[in-house]
Amino acid sequence: MNIIDTIFKFNGGIKADTKKSVSTVRPIKKIKMPKQLILPLRQHVGKVAKLKVNIGEKVLKGQLLAEADGNVSAAIHAPTSGTVASLEKQLIPHPSGLPDYCVTLIPDGKDTWVEKKPINWKKIDRKETIKKISESGIVGLGGATFPTHLKLNNNNEVKTLIVNAAECEPYITCDDMLMREKSAELIEGIRLALHLLGAQNAIIGIEDNKPEAIEKLALLIKNDANISIKIVPTIYPSGDAKRLIYLITGIQIAKGKRSTEYGMQMFNVATIIALYKFIHCGEPSITRIITITGKVRTPNNYEVLFGTPLSDLIIDAGGKASQNGSFIMGGPMMGYKLPSVNVPVTKAMNCVIDAEPEMIENNNPVLPCIRCAKCAEACPVNLQPQELFWFSQSNQFEKAENYNLFDCIECGCCSYVCPSNIPLVQYYRYAKSEIISDRYAKEEADIARERNDFRLERLQREKEERAKKIAERKANTSSDEKSKVIDEKRKAITEALERVKQEGVSEKND
Amino acid sequence: MINQQSPFIQKAASVTNIMLMVILALVPGLIFYVYFFGVGVLLNVFVASLTALIAEYFVLKMRKLPPKVYLSDGSALVAAWLLALSIPSIAPWWIIVVGTLFTIVIAKHFYGGLGSNIFNPAMIGYAVLLISFPAIMTKWPSPIENSLSIESIRQALQVFFYGLTQVGDGLTSATPLDYIKTELLQGQILPDITIRNVGLATILTSNQIISLAYLLGGIVLLHKKIISWHLPITYLLSLSFISGLFHLIDPNNYSTISFHLLNGGTMLCAFFIITDPVSGPTTPKGKIWFAFMVAILVYVIRVFGGYPEGIAFAVIFMNICVPLIDNLTQPKVFGHG
Ligand code: SF4
Ligand code: SF4
Repeated sequence: MNIIDTIFKFNGGIKADTKKSVSTVRPIKKIKMPKQLILPLRQHVGKVAKLKVNIGEKVLKGQLLAEADGNVSAAIHAPTSGTVASLEKQLIPHPSGLPDYCVTLIPDGKDTWVEKKPINWKKIDRKETIKKISESGIVGLGGATFPTHLKLNNNNEVKTLIVNAAECEPYITCDDMLMREKSAELIEGIRLALHLLGAQNAIIGIEDNKPEAIEKLALLIKNDANISIKIVPTIYPSGDAKRLIYLITGIQIAKGKRSTEYGMQMFNVATIIALYKFIHCGEPSITRIITITGKVRTPNNYEVLFGTPLSDLIIDAGGKASQNGSFIMGGPMMGYKLPSVNVPVTKAMNCVIDAEPEMIENNNPVLPCIRCAKCAEACPVNLQPQELFWFSQSNQFEKAENYNLFDCIECGCCSYVCPSNIPLVQYYRYAKSEIISDRYAKEEADIARERNDFRLERLQREKEERAKKIAERKANTSSDEKSKVIDEKRKAITEALERVKQEGVSEKND
Repeated sequence: MINQQSPFIQKAASVTNIMLMVILALVPGLIFYVYFFGVGVLLNVFVASLTALIAEYFVLKMRKLPPKVYLSDGSALVAAWLLALSIPSIAPWWIIVVGTLFTIVIAKHFYGGLGSNIFNPAMIGYAVLLISFPAIMTKWPSPIENSLSIESIRQALQVFFYGLTQVGDGLTSATPLDYIKTELLQGQILPDITIRNVGLATILTSNQIISLAYLLGGIVLLHKKIISWHLPITYLLSLSFISGLFHLIDPNNYSTISFHLLNGGTMLCAFFIITDPVSGPTTPKGKIWFAFMVAILVYVIRVFGGYPEGIAFAVIFMNICVPLIDNLTQPKVFGHG
């Protein structure tokens, strides 16, 4: 074990008031079983899960409700035993604010498990374990919700596992609390993940504002040469994947490349513990830790079943679950405002802030950009936010792209420091979506044009072919027997060739 | 404004705060200015501020912008102060008014107002005055023994309202920069000039103390991170380098580093003028180039040009180059080779 202090500082970033300590004074709490659990069928990146139970069916805790549809998808399991009451569109926590298909489960209060099947990962083949994990419903619990089995299974050789324990966003403390209370599981999980990745060593990247967690982990890895801790300064966004890798290793992952191409893979602490629970205890992904903080009277971390109504948590924490309130999911820097407090807890929900009014209402006037470059100083990607802003607000999207708009990670550092109070990131989101929809429209048009070109080409060719055939026939009538045979053969060949070509074309046209 | 999108927190000094800090940082310099040269400069600053605010108010009304929001951003005040501090403190009131009007109406608002002016507004106002009224703009006050006595104040008011002609030229003297230039042209060498002229020595000391007071304000701005180090430090280093080089080669004809650093508007320029964000470059490397070039130009104009001080022209010229400088000095984006 070693704790390494050398880090490679990236440009910019901000030192925000983290507001973390309020939610770490009490241990992780559980609340009583909710009256119903609402489980969206898509809580992950990828395809919607396929429903596997019937309405009215009785299910046990941990039983599969919906299975992964293909590789890029994740299963949904019953968080407790009870009855599947309905499948209908309901409001879900998503930036779009649109309702989506959800299963409603009425708990029977017994919380009876299905037969748990722990996996003896040391005995069976790595690939087989990973295949089993693809049925676990585990996705990235840091908020990205990318199916975890996909990250375990990759073509590049992974040497180093990076454990993202930075938790750099203000307010959020769920990983911190998890590390304090489940440090042993985490370390076991890291050993497991190392095995599954075929990696040699693991580095835990953690911000220096979590001394308790660091101490606990350090004790556990005292005699483990393969796992080390790297303490990074509390500068947002140190937990951004590329920034953290740079902080720890000094390697800048190039634009468009993946960390695995550099022999590294990154997992969030909560994801690793979920893996541990699945393999060692046979428990699929049915709970998570979530920070409830902000205006509530007793900010706290909760271990909750997926599908639990958020309002239950807000009320338990001493907040008002009213429709008039504003609730921010995720951190204040990159999170989004929830459409309502009446949404269920999902795999992505790491933190909900009962927002103070001043977080939502900004009463300072927005002034023109004074080119002070404070935003550029704060940008962790080293972009020129003031130029991006200028080009985005004047719809000069091509120029914005030339200034690397798509490298922007929307971390919000630029808006955070802007003296003119310009909502810069909103402009970048707007420009990006405009460019993407433009490109999409252009692609459609290109395909249509291509199709038409093909058609014209084919018509032209057919015309020529006909003319040639007529001319050939005319010539053939006057030739002798021998040349006639040769000509016929030739004709058969050209015709055959033509058929092949035609088929090729019509295939492309489909 | 309702904030529907992240980030939901912010911690930034507002434009108003920044501008007020800049004004506060000018105060020590202003105090010593008054102490050595009388209350004339206060009158300048007062009338410039008033003119700027009134002019800004009417232009904002005409442009249909909310005057309350934009007046309170403080940028007009900063421009007014910088102009007032650049003009001789014995200039008559109408010079201040004309200069300020030019600064606010033409240099700032004709170019689009806050954030859009490609030239430093105060420097445009100054340059226009210098070209239009060279006689008034090159007459500088001599130090006053008792600058706050009733008599001195009365005199300052008289000069302010009726101009120098009513009072007599006895109050004026050439600036050290100007004086030395003329003497050198007449074939004198530096060691003789400085020793012989006693009056010049007192002006030198007062100028130097005022410069140090500006420096103090500038250090506060640096410390508060209102301005980044790139511009002022590069500027001062570059000016030191070039003046040191010439002085080393020919000490009889080229003044010392400290003479150049503590005379004319050097400190004002380093910390308050080239640091105008709107008309300056934004990239760190761009700032270094910009400050370096301004320093070279200032030196060249001071020593070889037709004007005793070259800051305004140097800054205006370099303002034109800002888009090019920014373009050529883009920092490397994270993960781009
Ligand atoms: S921080 Fe705001 S005002 Fe300053 S350059 Fe950036 S966008 Fe412009
Ligand atoms: S939101 Fe984009 S432009 Fe702004 S600081 Fe973050 S990466 Fe840079």
